[in-house]
Amino acid sequence: MPRNVLNKQLNMVQDEILLLGSMVEQATLDAVKTLKTHDVKQARAVFEQDQTINEKRFAIENAILILMATQQPMARDLRSLAALLEVNTELERIGDYAKGIAKVTMRMGAVDVNMPMLEIDQMAELAVEMLHRALGAFIEENANVALAIPKEDDRIDQWFNTAYTKILKEMVANPETIDQVNLALWVIHNLERMADRVSNICERTVFIATGELFEMDTMDEDDLNI
Amino acid sequence: MEQQNSQYAIETRKLHIFYGDFQAVKDINLQIERNRITAIIGPSGCGKSTVLRAFNRMNDFVPSAHATGEVLYHDQNINDPSVDAVQLRRMIGMVFQKPNPFPKSIYDNIAWGAKVNGFRGNTDELVEETLRSAALWDEVKDDLKKSALALSGGQQQRLCIARALAVRPEIILMDEPCSALDPIATLKIEDLMRELSQNYTIIIVTHNMQQAARASDFTSFFTMDTDRAGVMVEFNETAKIFTKPKDQRTEDYITGRFG
Repeated sequence: MPRNVLNKQLNMVQDEILLLGSMVEQATLDAVKTLKTHDVKQARAVFEQDQTINEKRFAIENAILILMATQQPMARDLRSLAALLEVNTELERIGDYAKGIAKVTMRMGAVDVNMPMLEIDQMAELAVEMLHRALGAFIEENANVALAIPKEDDRIDQWFNTAYTKILKEMVANPETIDQVNLALWVIHNLERMADRVSNICERTVFIATGELFEMDTMDEDDLNI
Repeated sequence: MEQQNSQYAIETRKLHIFYGDFQAVKDINLQIERNRITAIIGPSGCGKSTVLRAFNRMNDFVPSAHATGEVLYHDQNINDPSVDAVQLRRMIGMVFQKPNPFPKSIYDNIAWGAKVNGFRGNTDELVEETLRSAALWDEVKDDLKKSALALSGGQQQRLCIARALAVRPEIILMDEPCSALDPIATLKIEDLMRELSQNYTIIIVTHNMQQAARASDFTSFFTMDTDRAGVMVEFNETAKIFTKPKDQRTEDYITGRFG
């Protein structure tokens, strides 16, 4: 079967995407952990690690562009590379969300903010787990698995709504801490957006498998906002 | 020829080649990395084949051709009269545009050239080994006595590559080796080149810049200067030439905005 070079290099890019994915997953979990431990040093480490994630993203983008320029990919190969480019960007943005959460810990410092940690933990765990499976399906080009994952976004939205209500109540009860409690809104927003980006990754998996481009609709609070 | 370890497989310094009064290429300074695939691309008449033929003195067969400057192979200028051109061509083999097997059996195509070049070993083993190296063995192993001319174009070209390998060269020159082949046969040759580059240095001249992009590690872009002499515009890693060339002329050529 000809095209050994293209096959080999495509696999290498896929491996790099999986590696970037695991870096982003770890960053998210680490960042959320620092909210509980108030470990500013660890939060700074997550914050700084985003630089490595960004560099990896650019290296992957460069490798994809070189493959496109030199290997003349067509049909499924072309869709794969275009999708890898998209997923690369999605992962980098998820990395930014993790960095944003680490920044919250850094801002809080030693102040004890009443955050809905149960909900935040659940959201982070679910989002990371969805991301992990979405990337697996993406690399395997398994459209069926990819189609099912965005539906799980509902569970994240439920945790989001519970957390949101708790945060508002906290603000009403202790208006003097609004500045700090407001930070919790950032956290849940970032986790909720992360799950949306997982859906985008799933869309790209379907695109590789079928050539169809479409938005996997999940009703979330973004759609309700005007 | 002395076996020394210079940094490059072959190197030209201030190479100028003329056909009579006409200067075909001027001031070519090209360094060919060992065990890599280097492509020379450029429009018709830019002198890329002329330079390729200078690497094993094939221009000797053109009576009006003469060269100045150096072509260094194992630290020796191969244009030096003391260099045995026949021996040189054994070390630096060539594969041509149109497959040109001898009108003999597949077996004899490999064995004959090797014997003429003084091969004394086990010919059966040599035939099998080189046909395997050229990714042709599985397709022809039961028909070794069949005429080479009965093979498909792509198979004939791989046979010619096997024939070149049979005399154990260091460098293989390829002059448009796929222009007479269909796309699948072309991709097979490109995969074969990649395999061979583990053990050989390959220099390929091609009109097909997509092929240079796909198959080579380094690319050299030639064009014609205002006086119609060929010049080397740019030499770099293939990935760089095809994503961010430095010279506007390279950019114009590879984006199809040339001329």
